[in-house]
Amino acid sequence: MTNQDVLLADFAHARAGDKGNTLNVAIFTFESRHYAWLEQHLSEAAVASRFSHRHPQKITRYCLPHLDGMNFVIEGALEGGVNQSATLDRHGKSLSYLLLGMRLPPPDG
Amino acid sequence: MSSSQPIRYAHIGCGAGFAGDRPDAAVALVEALAERDGARYLFFELLAERTLAEAQLRKLEDPALGYATHLFAFLEPIVESCLAHGIPIITNGGAANPVAAAQRLRQQLKRQGLDAKIACVMGDDLGGELGEEPGDRAAIADWLPADCPLEEIVSCNVYIGAEAVTQALHDGADIVIGGRLADPSMAVGALCHAHGWAADDWQHLAVATAAGHLLECGTQITGGYFADARRKTVTDLANLGCPIAEVGSDASLVITKTPGSGGCVTEQTVKEQLLYEVHDPAAYLTPDVTLDVSRARLETLGPDRVAIHDVHGHPAPATLKGNLGLRGLWFGEAGISYAGPDAVERAQLALEILRQRLGARLPQLRPHFDLIGVASLFNDGSGEWLEKRLREAPAVEDVRLRLGIVDRDRTAIDLALQELEALYLNGPAGGGGVRRQLSESLRTRSFLIARERVMPFVSWQ
Repeated sequence: MTNQDVLLADFAHARAGDKGNTLNVAIFTFESRHYAWLEQHLSEAAVASRFSHRHPQKITRYCLPHLDGMNFVIEGALEGGVNQSATLDRHGKSLSYLLLGMRLPPPDG
Repeated sequence: MSSSQPIRYAHIGCGAGFAGDRPDAAVALVEALAERDGARYLFFELLAERTLAEAQLRKLEDPALGYATHLFAFLEPIVESCLAHGIPIITNGGAANPVAAAQRLRQQLKRQGLDAKIACVMGDDLGGELGEEPGDRAAIADWLPADCPLEEIVSCNVYIGAEAVTQALHDGADIVIGGRLADPSMAVGALCHAHGWAADDWQHLAVATAAGHLLECGTQITGGYFADARRKTVTDLANLGCPIAEVGSDASLVITKTPGSGGCVTEQTVKEQLLYEVHDPAAYLTPDVTLDVSRARLETLGPDRVAIHDVHGHPAPATLKGNLGLRGLWFGEAGISYAGPDAVERAQLALEILRQRLGARLPQLRPHFDLIGVASLFNDGSGEWLEKRLREAPAVEDVRLRLGIVDRDRTAIDLALQELEALYLNGPAGGGGVRRQLSESLRTRSFLIARERVMPFVSWQ
């Protein structure tokens, strides 16, 4: 991370959903011109690092260039999920903002 | 493909996206639907993964219960108007007992001097096939997961599709009450009725399913679960409008909302909802169709009007998904708060005291600790996130220590919560606001079953 890094939330919006112990976060850039930048920097590895404390078993990224977005499916990240988690947010609804709190190198221009 | 027939439009509104939704929201929606030409439908989505198991427990206690707790809070304000304007109502709020819901509705309508054709969609509940004795269950129901604790099963429901809904509407139902109808299937049933689409017309079913999927969470597509103070401002969130899908006989799909209401329908709100709870965008499995939104495009047609193009359909999966509701777990939570100078340090001290006490007295439990204000929503069971945040020395002066435990041993959880409460006298200075709660935590377990094994049907009440 450098001083020039930007807050992802300033460039993209996101929504979280749950199925059992699997979280999905769909994220979209506010502007089409930033989609390539997002695809370059928000890799499965980057998301795995951000969610490392939740010890996900698998992360899959689906790219949706027509929608300027991507869908991350993060398996095993919900501490057991709504069925058996002892967390405050058993659905993981707030976790879209864990992603949006990331800092990335700034886009060109 | 060419046809000289004019395009006909069906209008579907969603009045609730979950059982805890605003019960008054559908009133303005029905007024808006009533002013539209063409086929109009209203649906209420009132079930979640565990809701059905909870409803089943209520039914076991009282055979006249077992439908969604607030079903009538949603129906009462709009049912007379819907009947007057010929707007069929479809809901999965029958939950574990659609027949009981229909009978109560019948009585209420009678008191109002109203009559209606009420259809129940049945066949999703496979509980009756499990046998009376847990020992019989594995032999009878070979589709149960092999390692499923049979004696803990309280409910067994399969997500069923649109066909029985379509049939009920075709036979003149004013109100269709189902149980575990898949969420989008309520809209699919309406659209197949409106446009005569067949149950294996995958491309049309895909459009209908996309409409249902976009609507099924209600105001989540009209500005709810979306607003952000700086980057995504939404006007009048206190009066969010319910969504309406306009679906043409040409398979065009437009999402809009109740006129004059709060909120917004934009490409941003539609995108977020299009992928909500979706895994592979090319293969969203429903009982009706395999929906492919991987190439979908959006188009803004005007204020609060967004069109969805290029959704595709593939054959429905050979299996249906079922959910077992299981007993056996308990969930306890308790908290105590600290504010003012060194609040974080005092809360940390309280956490360490509690960790030490629980480790010595109840070592079999796996307590989850949060410091609300420092790390809670993003936290994890090992406290890795909390430690990271504490190293950043957050400038917070109002912190709540939270303890959460899920376990089979209710008594042990209760003792653990008592340990937190004891911090009033035995913990750091200035601890206040203890609350504790302990309740049964029903859980679900999903399974797959060949669709030929499930026989949805319509029952008239």
